[in-house]
Amino acid sequence: MTRRHAFATFVLAASALAAAAAITAVGQPPAPGQAQRPAEERLEVPPPPFSDGIFPCTNCHASMLANRTRRALSEMHTDIVLKHDEEHRWCLDCHDADNRDVLHLASGERVTFEESYRLCGQCHGEKLRDWRAGVHGRRTGDWNGHKTYLLCAHCHNPHQPRFRALAPKPAPKRPTAR
Amino acid sequence: MDDEANFDDRRDAGPTQLARPGMTRRQFASVAAAAAAGFLLTACGPRRLREMPRAQLRQALRDLEQEYARTYGQPVQVSDAGPMPGVLFAYALDLSRCIGCRRCVYACVEENNQSRDPEVQWIRVLQMDKEKGVDFSEADPYYQPAEVPEEGHFYMPVACQQCRNAPCTKVCPTGATWTEPDGIVVIDYEWCIGCRYCMAACPYGARHFNWGTPSIPTSALNPRTHYLGNRPRSKGVVEKCTFCIQRARAGRYPACVEVCPVGARKFGNLLDPDSEIRYIIEHKRVLVLKEELRTMPKFFYFYAT
Repeated sequence: MTRRHAFATFVLAASALAAAAAITAVGQPPAPGQAQRPAEERLEVPPPPFSDGIFPCTNCHASMLANRTRRALSEMHTDIVLKHDEEHRWCLDCHDADNRDVLHLASGERVTFEESYRLCGQCHGEKLRDWRAGVHGRRTGDWNGHKTYLLCAHCHNPHQPRFRALAPKPAPKRPTAR
Repeated sequence: MDDEANFDDRRDAGPTQLARPGMTRRQFASVAAAAAAGFLLTACGPRRLREMPRAQLRQALRDLEQEYARTYGQPVQVSDAGPMPGVLFAYALDLSRCIGCRRCVYACVEENNQSRDPEVQWIRVLQMDKEKGVDFSEADPYYQPAEVPEEGHFYMPVACQQCRNAPCTKVCPTGATWTEPDGIVVIDYEWCIGCRYCMAACPYGARHFNWGTPSIPTSALNPRTHYLGNRPRSKGVVEKCTFCIQRARAGRYPACVEVCPVGARKFGNLLDPDSEIRYIIEHKRVLVLKEELRTMPKFFYFYAT
């Protein structure tokens, strides 16, 4: 092989290698353990719909030891009936055992009640995606200006998320001959 | 054939009613052409409104405001806000969410000053059978169970679809109804003569006629009105959904969008690529009613799930 041929072959091989490296590097999922995407900015939402006087939870829980045994509660919070995957989950799967003023994701990462949509979005990912786009759920405000979001919990009771049936408003009057 | 014999008899019966003694066909044709030209020049509603001198329009609106203030005992604003540039309104309704509670119907009635007696409602919610799907012959607007949604049914509210190829605007003899540049089909109530031809043309039953003098309780009046929208109407004119023109042109959502308790209603600007409407059209299963009629509605029904 002549020197020119060798040089050309070298250039070709080098560029092919570079291209292959570029192709394989781009589009790879991030390695496990890394953040899947940059931290998203917090959305502006009205305050979470706490029952009166229930928050901050640490008013009571700061002085109590966390009992992580899965059980039906008998002393307090007996009005909460869990109907939300209750076969597989219970209170401390969402509420943080050590700091009751926050919730926690499956990874253990703590989220505040104002960011509770991240918790719901773990299982209801497509609803979260649609909610961010403004397609899921109610929206008030201006269509061409500042738009407000409501938290999931503003419409869905996180312990019993299924909507209750409503009484419909009156039907239209049938046309009658006057 | 019997038909041929009858035809010959009619032809020999004498001059038809159209021909008048003393007028030639040429004269008749030129008179008809002049009448048609005159009709076209004067019947164009949007031009009539836009070419009116501003001072005259302002005076007309002030007169209307004074008349309403006298009737209802409170100050009433009548706006003539024009379309915003770069805006084409569209609406999307989530069929997987609507529960048929009719809160949209009554929010619309309050916002848009519809007559309570005789009852006028711009939105009509149709209850349909899940087994049969979208079938207007089986739809029931008069459902009244104790609770909604009823098992096995879904609900489809219908109002003006704001068609891009609207049949109603084509048939109006006075040019009282037309499509504004921002896509809203409007009615100028001063020019509507109540012939109801537009109601016959509309395939969705979206237009409503004031058979009697509209009555609104003074305490329930919405005083923020638009000339082409929710200002109190008179007997003998047609009215319909205007996408809450008094709200939309001020940047706000229509009343039905804000009141829906399950968030089934979405509204926005089709020309804005970041709007909810564009997201829905691009990512969801979307349908329009009576697509085969090629009215091209700007009201889209979709399934979010």
